[in-house]
Amino acid sequence: MSGQHPSTAHATPSFPWQYVIGFILSLVLTVIPLWLVLDHVWKPTPLVIGILLCAVLQIFVQLFMFMHFTHGDGNGPAYQTVILSIGFFFAIIFIGASIWIMSFGYQVQ
Amino acid sequence: MNPIPHWGIFITEPMILGSDVMIVLVSVAIVFALTKFRKWGWLWREWLTTVDHKKIGIMYLIAALLMLFRGGVDAELMRTQLALPNMTFLDAEHYDEIFTTHGTIMILFMAMPFIFAMFNIAVPLQIGARDVAYPYLNAISFWMFFLGALLLNISFVIGGSPDAGWTSYPPLSELGFSNGPGENYYLLALSISGIGSIATGINFLVTILKMRAPGMTLWRMPLFTWSVLAACILILFAFPALTVALALLLLDRALGAHFFTILHGGDPMMFINLFWIWGHPEVYIVILPAFGIFSEVISTFSKKATFGYGSMVFALMAISIVGFLTWVHHFFTMGSGADVNTFFAIATMVIAIPTGVKVFNWLFTMYRGRIRMSLPMMWAIAFIPCFAIGGATGVMLAVAPADYQYHNSYFLIAHFHQVLIGGTVFGMLAGMYYWWPKMFGFLLNERLGRWAFWFFNIGFYVCFLPQYALGFMGMTRRIYTYPSGLGWTVPNFISTIGAYLMGIGFVFMVWQIIYSIKYGERDLTGDPWDGRTLEWSLPSPAPHYNFATIPTIQGRDAWWLAKQGELSKADFLPAKDELKPIHMPKNSGRPFILSLWFFVLGLGLTFGVVPMDVIAGIGIAYCLFRRSFEYDTDYYIPVDEVIHTESALGRLQG
Repeated sequence: MSGQHPSTAHATPSFPWQYVIGFILSLVLTVIPLWLVLDHVWKPTPLVIGILLCAVLQIFVQLFMFMHFTHGDGNGPAYQTVILSIGFFFAIIFIGASIWIMSFGYQVQ
Repeated sequence: MNPIPHWGIFITEPMILGSDVMIVLVSVAIVFALTKFRKWGWLWREWLTTVDHKKIGIMYLIAALLMLFRGGVDAELMRTQLALPNMTFLDAEHYDEIFTTHGTIMILFMAMPFIFAMFNIAVPLQIGARDVAYPYLNAISFWMFFLGALLLNISFVIGGSPDAGWTSYPPLSELGFSNGPGENYYLLALSISGIGSIATGINFLVTILKMRAPGMTLWRMPLFTWSVLAACILILFAFPALTVALALLLLDRALGAHFFTILHGGDPMMFINLFWIWGHPEVYIVILPAFGIFSEVISTFSKKATFGYGSMVFALMAISIVGFLTWVHHFFTMGSGADVNTFFAIATMVIAIPTGVKVFNWLFTMYRGRIRMSLPMMWAIAFIPCFAIGGATGVMLAVAPADYQYHNSYFLIAHFHQVLIGGTVFGMLAGMYYWWPKMFGFLLNERLGRWAFWFFNIGFYVCFLPQYALGFMGMTRRIYTYPSGLGWTVPNFISTIGAYLMGIGFVFMVWQIIYSIKYGERDLTGDPWDGRTLEWSLPSPAPHYNFATIPTIQGRDAWWLAKQGELSKADFLPAKDELKPIHMPKNSGRPFILSLWFFVLGLGLTFGVVPMDVIAGIGIAYCLFRRSFEYDTDYYIPVDEVIHTESALGRLQG
């Protein structure tokens, strides 16, 4: 029956450099937008683009450094890629539509 | 954070004083009973540390029924206050707190655990799995939900409940207007239980995709399992939006950020946008599993395969995708422009198409079927007219220009109660009656259940139909009193009578459960309804490893085909020489302890007690650290034990 549960890997533990680097990169990519906003470094349009760019980069850091995106268990379809593409689809919709919906504020001002 | 707990509330309000006394008495009684009957060890070993999906499902069910009671009491209090003009039963502040907790509890702490109860009880049994993909995470999900719910519930007696509505819109929910701990309770309770909900979504998604028995292809899965898959996709992508909205509001309140305060360049409407990115999919999260249950129940009690299985699956998937594209219809009146409103109005109307497909499929399933009117089937049939009215008023609300008239009126209140009670609550009750024997090994008394059914159903229409009229007459939601002479008195009074009838229905349900524990018919066959899907091939309740040998599935509704002689029934019974040791997860107390730390953290953040937060943070980190270095997480049930259990059940072959 042991095929039923994903078997626990008991490989020899080595220092998880991948996680540490990912963690530091995540922190850096979070601090950059915070700094851009707090210190009024850029005008609104480049600012929004800069924040979005950092966010997208961080998605990739998380996927590859933490979430073992490229791993598979070798049996059955690679469901994670399907779910992930749905995720990208919704992320684009939520962010794009939110900008569209909320942009009415600029007309009021 | 700047909480000013009005501790005076402890003694001034008679209703709160009463609750204090009740809570203390009930707690003392529970502790006394557990000690007297020496049940502490049993409670710890069998329930608090369990990772068994069947037991977790039962705990979800108990929690959901308790919360249905709590939310129901809130509803009765509100209806009593509104029964007549100028009532002084509740004051404005108390009324605000009650409608806020009513909505929050009913959606997040009643409907959500109720659907999770059904997920846990049915899905692994329906797909031929021995547990969910991540049993330990499943226990964490439950305890996170449970202690999140507890955090919200104690707000009433410690410091004051949230009172900014269940939607918690800024600026009302910002410090300037809600400076007590109530709003913090709301934000933290929802955040903590939200962790559990997302984890459950992931857990069941993986379970359904990866843990199916051999031969159980996607196209052979029962429709309930399909509906859970669709709901999990919704959970996975909707709940993060709520998490973000709550976290930003918490930053506003705790650290003086200005995400939603217009004064410093923030935008309160952004909270509303984020809230409904979650909020609209959320109503589909709670309705899709109900749809799945109706498919199972109607097919079983009509003795026919579901009409249009493929179209049912496509409808579920279409709802789960298009359900993400309708959220603006909750705030058409925000006025983001004709183009935006038109897009979301049309998307909302489009949803009615797959829903209509499903309703017709259920009707065609019943057509020329041999219908048995047992309790699950009664609730399923009662759902159809109720949901049809709710759906029609929903399409009315979807017409953006007309919505400017209906918005936030009692018409809306009547509409969403019609779809949420008529859809989700009826569905969950149908599921509860349907799977009750599988959970507990006995049937619920039919006669008392019929009394409950008729009181609840008639009460429902008496309560909510007048509210449509009240909406057209101009009554808006969340008002705590109204003057006489507006013509609102009679419909309100009728509505209150209906609410009491529903309350009586609930009392019958409790009576039915208590009566049936003692006198209910025992389910010795494991298949009391002449079922079609895999869970009915097991004894009731199922042994803790579920399947002694995993069956190979050779068709849709395989258990039914086996009973009809089209497949071999022996496939579903274990053969002695095929038994192998069964790989199972070990129990763990850590999910419970971890969630307790989260509770302490939530309480500390609510009242701004930093040392409490630090200690709880260390506790959480320690639990996570211990888990990361834990390798002894599973064990094997020896063949002898399986043989012993199975032969005691009379199932062993050869």
